[in-house]
Amino acid sequence: MSGNGGPSLMDSLFQRTLEDLIKGIRLHLPGAGQSSFISKSLDEIRREIKSTDLQTKSTAVQKLTYLHSLHGVDMSWAAFHAVELTSSPLFIYKKTGYLAASLSFRPSTDVLLLLTNQLRKDLSSTNQHEVSLALECLSVICTPDLARDLTPDIFTLLTCGKMFIRKKSIACLLMIFGQYPDAVRVCFKRLVENLESSDNAQTLAATVGVFCELASKEPRSYLPLAPEFYRILVESRNNWVLIKVLKIFMHLAKLEPRLAKKVVEPICDHMKRSEAKSLVFECVRTIVSSFYEYEFAVKLAVAKIREFLLDSDLNLRYLGLQGLLLVAPSHLWAVLENKEVVIKSLSDVDQNIKLEALRLVMSMVSDNNVVEICRVLIGYALKSDPEFCNEILRSMLSTCSRNVYEIIIDFDWYVSLLGEMARIPHCQNGEEIEYQLIDIGMRVKDVRPELVRVGRDLLIDPALLGNPFIHRILSAAAWVSGEYVQFSRKPFEIMEALLQPRTNLLPPSIRSVYIHSMFKVLSFCLHSFLLPEKGVNTSLSNFDDIEPGFTYSESEQEFTEPDHATRSSTFQKSDTFMLESIDNVLTQLITSLTPLADNHDVEIQERVRNVLGLAQLAQQEISCHHDLKEKMVDKVNLKTSIIINIINDALLEDFGPIPFSAQERVPIPDGLVLEENLSKLDSICADVRLPKSESFCLIKPVLLPTDGDSNSNQQNEEESGTAVESTSLLAEHRKRHGLFYLPSNDKKIASSSFPPANDPNQRDNDVEDLVKLTEESLVLKRKPNLSRPRPVVVKLDEGDRHPITVKKTDENEDLISGAVRDVLLGTEASLHSNISSSRRKGKSHSKVNMENSETGNSSKRRSKHRDHGKNVEDRDENSEKGKKKSVGRHKARRRADGDGVVVVQKPIIPDFLL
Amino acid sequence: MIKAMIVINNQGKPRLSKFYNYTPLEQQQKLIRSIYSVLCLRPENVSNFIEGSSFLGPDSRLVYKLFATLYFIFVFDSSENELAMFDLIQVYVEILEKCFSNVCELDLVLNCSKMHTILDEMILGGQVVETNSEKVMQAVDEIAKMEKITAATKFISKSTSLFWG
Repeated sequence: MSGNGGPSLMDSLFQRTLEDLIKGIRLHLPGAGQSSFISKSLDEIRREIKSTDLQTKSTAVQKLTYLHSLHGVDMSWAAFHAVELTSSPLFIYKKTGYLAASLSFRPSTDVLLLLTNQLRKDLSSTNQHEVSLALECLSVICTPDLARDLTPDIFTLLTCGKMFIRKKSIACLLMIFGQYPDAVRVCFKRLVENLESSDNAQTLAATVGVFCELASKEPRSYLPLAPEFYRILVESRNNWVLIKVLKIFMHLAKLEPRLAKKVVEPICDHMKRSEAKSLVFECVRTIVSSFYEYEFAVKLAVAKIREFLLDSDLNLRYLGLQGLLLVAPSHLWAVLENKEVVIKSLSDVDQNIKLEALRLVMSMVSDNNVVEICRVLIGYALKSDPEFCNEILRSMLSTCSRNVYEIIIDFDWYVSLLGEMARIPHCQNGEEIEYQLIDIGMRVKDVRPELVRVGRDLLIDPALLGNPFIHRILSAAAWVSGEYVQFSRKPFEIMEALLQPRTNLLPPSIRSVYIHSMFKVLSFCLHSFLLPEKGVNTSLSNFDDIEPGFTYSESEQEFTEPDHATRSSTFQKSDTFMLESIDNVLTQLITSLTPLADNHDVEIQERVRNVLGLAQLAQQEISCHHDLKEKMVDKVNLKTSIIINIINDALLEDFGPIPFSAQERVPIPDGLVLEENLSKLDSICADVRLPKSESFCLIKPVLLPTDGDSNSNQQNEEESGTAVESTSLLAEHRKRHGLFYLPSNDKKIASSSFPPANDPNQRDNDVEDLVKLTEESLVLKRKPNLSRPRPVVVKLDEGDRHPITVKKTDENEDLISGAVRDVLLGTEASLHSNISSSRRKGKSHSKVNMENSETGNSSKRRSKHRDHGKNVEDRDENSEKGKKKSVGRHKARRRADGDGVVVVQKPIIPDFLL
Repeated sequence: MIKAMIVINNQGKPRLSKFYNYTPLEQQQKLIRSIYSVLCLRPENVSNFIEGSSFLGPDSRLVYKLFATLYFIFVFDSSENELAMFDLIQVYVEILEKCFSNVCELDLVLNCSKMHTILDEMILGGQVVETNSEKVMQAVDEIAKMEKITAATKFISKSTSLFWG
């Protein structure tokens, strides 16, 4: 090959063709060999493309286009050469140039403007394939400038005699509108004309397609064309056209409820008549999502769905399930009728089908079957692959928490279900479970004892600490155990769990929650120990484990001592042991926390020092007063007691859920100027240190762990390094506190009235179970005989979870629809005269949409309605009446407007529909 | 509208890619890779539709069909009917079959521009403009003829043309 300069004759003579290039690439193995071959070819192409010979240049561009689109090679540098080729009179070069342009040009390509003239020239070419090339290219690379400059040319093509070109220019129009909304003013009329001319199925399909796209973004503007779409719905036999028209009606139906009455019957006719599954499904979709109030139509649609569900074709079954999902919100009976199929689909091989089935199962959930369905689903979750397992958990969580846990009656059960979920090996929904555990704790007072039990079970299991996905759940468990420690049977046990060595596997943000919970537990224990007479009513009633040998040997009778009097008497007796155990806890706390006092994470350091401060003070005083254990009175006067009293008062304050807008609703106090610049304060405050530590332990909301900490997911490097070490530590720990690691037995002791959700023994006969239970609890709709009433759930008036974000509409869409409205309404008068004079002799129906305006005269309006009557003969009397009424209304409105004066004040969409 | 038409083989190599909205090249390749990573995990004999909002952007669906070693894929939004798109793949493959009797992957590898020509006759600007395979074939033949005539003229005037190879 020649040297560095331009291409030589040799290059042209022995140029590799595209085929050579492809074969060359195939000869080289993927990897280094191939990429070096490609870069060698690129060098060749760079030389060849500069050739003055169009053949050489064309081949070079062809090769480059190939490399660009399938091997990801950049070809922006060759844009000019592509433009050059498009101007060639030879079709093959022109085509190569256009293909390169449409595949590689971007809105920022600077030579784009050079293409404008060439496009214009080709759009008016006599060769239809050249026009088609230009249209195709324009539709892909369209920019506002190109659209603006070429709108007149497209406008001309919209009435082109060759259908081949007309359909393509219509399809291209959509892109033009998107880039240059003003084009609507020019072209919309002709677009509507194309809608009315039913002589060619393909142009009609393209036109309806464009309207479908436009209506999907902003349907209101196209409401006046409803009669035209209706005519197409009734007359057309082209499935593509019908599908698009159905989609248009789906958009329009939301705005104009009266449409439904008219279109439901023709849609049903199509559903009954059509052989094409695509059309049938579209009819079904339209009916169940937009016209679900028409019982007969829905029945027909559900029958069709059933056909789909029983079909052997998986695609149809999938769509059938989708259809069923659309019916579910309005007609749950349809789902119940097909529940066997749905539940069987839950174990289908096809992921899609499984997911749809899951959604359907969730749609069947109600307050009286939620327990059983969740039990069965947990069984499925344990069996399925991680992805589907999490999908199951996700949908369970979202269904159960819907409308502030609307369907949950037994919160104890639900909270323990959340605990079960955390133990599912694939569980990755930590964040949601964390949120719900805390949320329920704050909202539902009655469930707090159970919540603490679940939290304890989670905290105490060292295995869970190794799974980063459930760290968030542990954080919630730690928080509830600390916050509601007064419901705990064994606060010391919680303390042990919080202190276990493997907690160093937790990220710092969660560790700090752990440490703060220790603080709460500690202050609670100290309070109960030091100031029992005060705490008797509030907390001590639950504090019955502080008894002889409480720490290591738990006797069951403790739980079976409900009598308050005996308890307080045993409490007096057991004081000695309590002192020992408090002492124990304090020592343990100080030993394990002291190394953390110099932690790099400020949150941890801060909190550790708080806890240590309190613990050390307490330890000192308690051991000093060892002899005073008989005299309770003295305890009250200890420094610790005073502090504990203050802390406890602060901690006891209950705080509930807070709405998102709470901050905004706090009135700004008089005299507070928020905008005032505070920088002047810097000089004053420079040497004043804020009393952080005190304020921190007194103000609780700081702690709310739901505030996603930015570094919550970052594992502390240093600490994870000790992971290996921790296993041996754990073994030691287990040895020492062997009794704490008996969760299975423990659960039985703390007997709950419901079965554990994922009991392996109950998991086998899933399908029959689910079918049976849906049978029982759904069909009969009997009220469950509740053992206890649903507890009070605190609800907020507004925005309970997420603030509603206002959807912003695309500016362009606004412009388009504005222009459409102008065309349809504003310039109606001129349009009307144009059309009625220039065309339409026999086709009265096509006048319809043009006449439909405030300015049309009533006699014509009436004739329009009559035409419609002809189109659809069998109509019920109701709609007939409706029509008359509307005619009357039109008249009245017109009179009010004043005769003859054509003034359209505002773009009211008149009703053409009845 | 139709957002993209993609053909990839069962090793993830793209054979044809056409995006109807401007998509930067890197984005295109990323999408193709993520589509392949989803498709290659799907067993045979499962449904051909995929809800693609998670990896293709909001309101995206995907229909694919595996013919021998090639996946034919349409990406589209809720303005299209899934089964109709499925039929469209069928039509496209039918036309390919007519163009290269007994079509195989190599035919497509070597005739990338022809695949574009056929596709452009069926879809323009994301809208389906022709579904009749006869009519598409007719247009494609006309185009091929025009390509040949001009190339043949070249051939006479310039003996270096390799077009007839």
